[in-house]
Amino acid sequence: MRMAKSSPFKRLLEEIGTVDQVGVEERAAKFATRSIKNNSKLWGLKTAVSMVDLTTLEGKDTPGKVTSLCQKARTPGDDPELPPVAAVCIYPAFVQQAHRLLAGTSIKVASVATSFPSGQTPLRLRLQEVRQAVADGADEIDMVINRGLFLAGEFSAVSDEIAAVVQTCGDSKLKVILEVSELETYDNVRAASFIAMRAIRAEDFIKTSTGKTPSNATLANTQVMIEAIRDHYLATGVPIGMKPAGGIQRAKQALHFLVAVKETLGDAWLNNTRYRFGASSLLNDLLRQIEKQKTGAYQAPYYFTDSSESY
Amino acid sequence: MNTPRAPLRAKTNVAAARVPELIFGDLWEFDPAPESADPRLRDQYDLFIDGTFIPPRSRKYFDTVNPATEKVIASVALAGPDDVDAAFTAAQKAFEGPWGKMPGKERGKYIYRIARLIQDRAREFAVAETMDGGKPIKESRDFDVPMAAAHFFYHAGWADKIEYAIPGRRVEPLGPVGQVIPWNFPLLMLAWKIAPALAMGNTVVLKPAETTPLSALKLGELLMEAELPPGVVNFVTGAGETGASVMAHPYAKKIAFTGSTKVGKIIMRQTAGSDKRMTMELGGKAANIVFDDSPLDQAVEGVVNGIFFNQGHVCCAGSRLLVQESIAELFIEKLKRRIDVLRVGNPLDKNTDVGAINSRMQLDKIEELVASGIAQGAKMYQPSCALPGSGFFYRPTIFTGVTQSHRIACEEIFGPVLSVLTFRTLEEAVDKANNTAFGLSAGVWTDKGSRILKMSTLLKAGVVWANTFNKFDPSSPFGGYKESGFGREGGRHGLLDYAKVI
Repeated sequence: MRMAKSSPFKRLLEEIGTVDQVGVEERAAKFATRSIKNNSKLWGLKTAVSMVDLTTLEGKDTPGKVTSLCQKARTPGDDPELPPVAAVCIYPAFVQQAHRLLAGTSIKVASVATSFPSGQTPLRLRLQEVRQAVADGADEIDMVINRGLFLAGEFSAVSDEIAAVVQTCGDSKLKVILEVSELETYDNVRAASFIAMRAIRAEDFIKTSTGKTPSNATLANTQVMIEAIRDHYLATGVPIGMKPAGGIQRAKQALHFLVAVKETLGDAWLNNTRYRFGASSLLNDLLRQIEKQKTGAYQAPYYFTDSSESY
Repeated sequence: MNTPRAPLRAKTNVAAARVPELIFGDLWEFDPAPESADPRLRDQYDLFIDGTFIPPRSRKYFDTVNPATEKVIASVALAGPDDVDAAFTAAQKAFEGPWGKMPGKERGKYIYRIARLIQDRAREFAVAETMDGGKPIKESRDFDVPMAAAHFFYHAGWADKIEYAIPGRRVEPLGPVGQVIPWNFPLLMLAWKIAPALAMGNTVVLKPAETTPLSALKLGELLMEAELPPGVVNFVTGAGETGASVMAHPYAKKIAFTGSTKVGKIIMRQTAGSDKRMTMELGGKAANIVFDDSPLDQAVEGVVNGIFFNQGHVCCAGSRLLVQESIAELFIEKLKRRIDVLRVGNPLDKNTDVGAINSRMQLDKIEELVASGIAQGAKMYQPSCALPGSGFFYRPTIFTGVTQSHRIACEEIFGPVLSVLTFRTLEEAVDKANNTAFGLSAGVWTDKGSRILKMSTLLKAGVVWANTFNKFDPSSPFGGYKESGFGREGGRHGLLDYAKVI
C-alpha cells in the first residue's frame, strides 16, 4: 500500500518554519524608522557604495553603454577616498569586454545567465550560457531559479538545477535569483531561500529579483531572506550572502536595508563579500548624500557623472 | 512517473568546529539622533480648574523629574482636599450649565477640535511625554500621541450617535466623574478617560500620576485653546492623597481608576456603600503562549514587543512567556539574540528601543523582584549593553527555568523582565495562563486558526491577541477579568460605562 504523497511545501515549511506576513512587515517597517546621522551615516553610505553591483540589463545595451558603466564603476565620483563599487552586472554578450576594461581592478564582472530573466529554456542551454560567461571572464554568475518547477512543488528538481549551475560555475561566485514577486508568499520566499542555500557554497549569494517584474526587493522580503540566511548559518556554519535587487533607488532606502543587516545578521555581513545591492540609479544618490554630509549642501544631479537616471 | 531525485548537495567548507554565532558589535555604531522639537514646557504649573490655571489653596508644589537625567523639569501644584472640592464644584456647575444640556452634535465638535489640536502639536506633546515619563521618543511619537488623538476622534463621532445604537432607549450623562490615571501612558490614559466621558456629556475631574503630570497640564492649555467651556474638564495634580479625595468626592457620580490592584482595592473599600458607579483597570500578568507551529521570528518579535514596549510599564504586558517544550530551547536562543540588539538609552534619541524606568521607586521594585527570581533559582539573561551614567535604567531581562511558584511568575513586575515557562499541551498552557489573580490580556501564537478560537474562549483575559501583541484601537473595548478590574474602555461598551440608559 502506498501512502499518498503529502505536499512538498507543507513538508519543507514544517522543517524550516513559516512566516507571518503581518509580523514580518511590521518588523521591516521598524528598520525604516532608524535615524542614521553624521559619521554613522557617512560610514553607511560609503559601505553601500562598496556593495553596489552596478547594473545594466537592457535589450538596448551597447558596447558603448558597457564601457561607460565600467568607467563609472572604477571612478564613481571625483573623491579619491570613495571606494569602487563591488561589481558590474551585465548580460553575457558583454562579459569579454567588461573583463578587459576592469582588468587589474578589484571590481568583479558579474553576468546574468541561465536565460535571464525567465529561465525558460532547456537546462542544457542554460548551463552552456553559464559555461560561456565563465570562460569569457565572469567572476560572478547571477542565475534565476526555475520558478515553474518551484511552484509545481518539484523542489528536488529546482535544487538539482542550482547544483548543476554551481558545478558549471567553477571558481566563479554564484548568486541565485529567487524572483520573489513570482513566488508571491513569504512562506514561498523562505522555502526557496532554503532550497537555494542548501545547494550553493559558502559566500555564494541569494538574490531577490531580476528587476524585470513590477515588484522587486522590499525590506520585508529581504528580511525573510536574511532571516533564512541567519537560520541556515546558525544550523550549518555556512555563511550565505544576500543581494536585494531592483527598486532600491535612494540612499536612505539603502541605509535602512543595512540597518536590517546590522540587526539581523550582525557585523560579519556588513561588507561586499556577503552583501550587495543590485542597482543602477542608487549609486549617484549615495554619492550625492555623501557630498551633502561633507559639505552640508546638496549638489545638482548634473554634478555627478554618468547619471543613470538618464538611461 | 516522476520519481523524486535525491537532492544534490553542493560541497561546502564547514571550517568552523565551534558553534557559529552572530556578531552584534560596534562596526557600525549609530550617532546620537535626538529629537529636537521644543516641548514648550513652563517652569511652574498651577491647577487647571474651571477653565483656567489657578494656584493651589494648599500653597504646596512638588517637582516632576526627568527619569532619564534625574533633573527637575517643572514644579507642579499639589492639590489638597479644598482644591479637589473646587474642581468638583466647577465640574458640577459646568454639568448643570450649558455642557449638560448641549446636543451631542455640538459636544462632538469640541472633541473633534481637541483631537485636531493634538495632531497639530503632536511632536511637542511627544517630547514632553518622553521627558516626563522616560519612554522612548519613537513610542510617544508613533504610538502614544497618535493613539490619544485617535481616541478623541473616535469618541467625537459617538457623541451624537449613541442613541441610534440603543434603539428605543434614552441615553443620559451621569454628571461629574472622578478619574485617576497612572504614569505609564500619561496622555493616552487621559484620552481613554476623558474622551468617552465628554462624548456622553459628563464633566471631569482627573488626577494624573505624580511622576507624570505634564501632559495633562499641557492638555489643559490645549483645552483653553479649544475653548472648551470652563469646568468641563479639570486637572488636579498630586499624589495618592489627592487621588483619594478625587475618588471619594460626593459630587462624583462615577469614578474611574487605572493603576495597581493594591490601590484599586483600597479605593473600592473606601467607596463601598456609596452610589458611585465604578470602573477599574488594574494590574496584569499576561501570558504570551507560543505553540511549536507558530511563525517563530514573528513570535519572537511579538514577545519582545509584548514585554519591552514602554520598558514593560504596561498593565497588559506579556510578562510571562509560555513556550511549548519542543521549541523552547530554539525559541529562547532566538529571543536572546533579538534582545542583544535592543538599544537602551536616552529616551529622546530616535533610535532608542528601551528608555528610562519611570522612577527610582519603580526601579527599586524591579530590582527587588529580579533579586527574588535569582534567589528562587531562576536563570537570568541580560544583554551586555551599556547603560547611561545617570537616570533610572534597567537592562532587558529574561528569566528561564521559571515555574508557577516563582514570585516573578505571579507578581506584576511592571518592568522589562520576562519570565519564561514551558508547557506540553494546550490544556497545560491554558491552566498555567489562567493560574493568576489577574486576567487582563493574553497572546496566542500558532499557525492553526481553530486553536486560536479555542484558546480565546478558554483564556480568562479581557483581550486575547492572536499572532500579534499590544494592538489597540479606540473601537475595541479593553478591560480585565478577576483582579485586573472591571468595566471596559473603548468601543460602545466603554461609552456605556459613562452613561445612564433609560
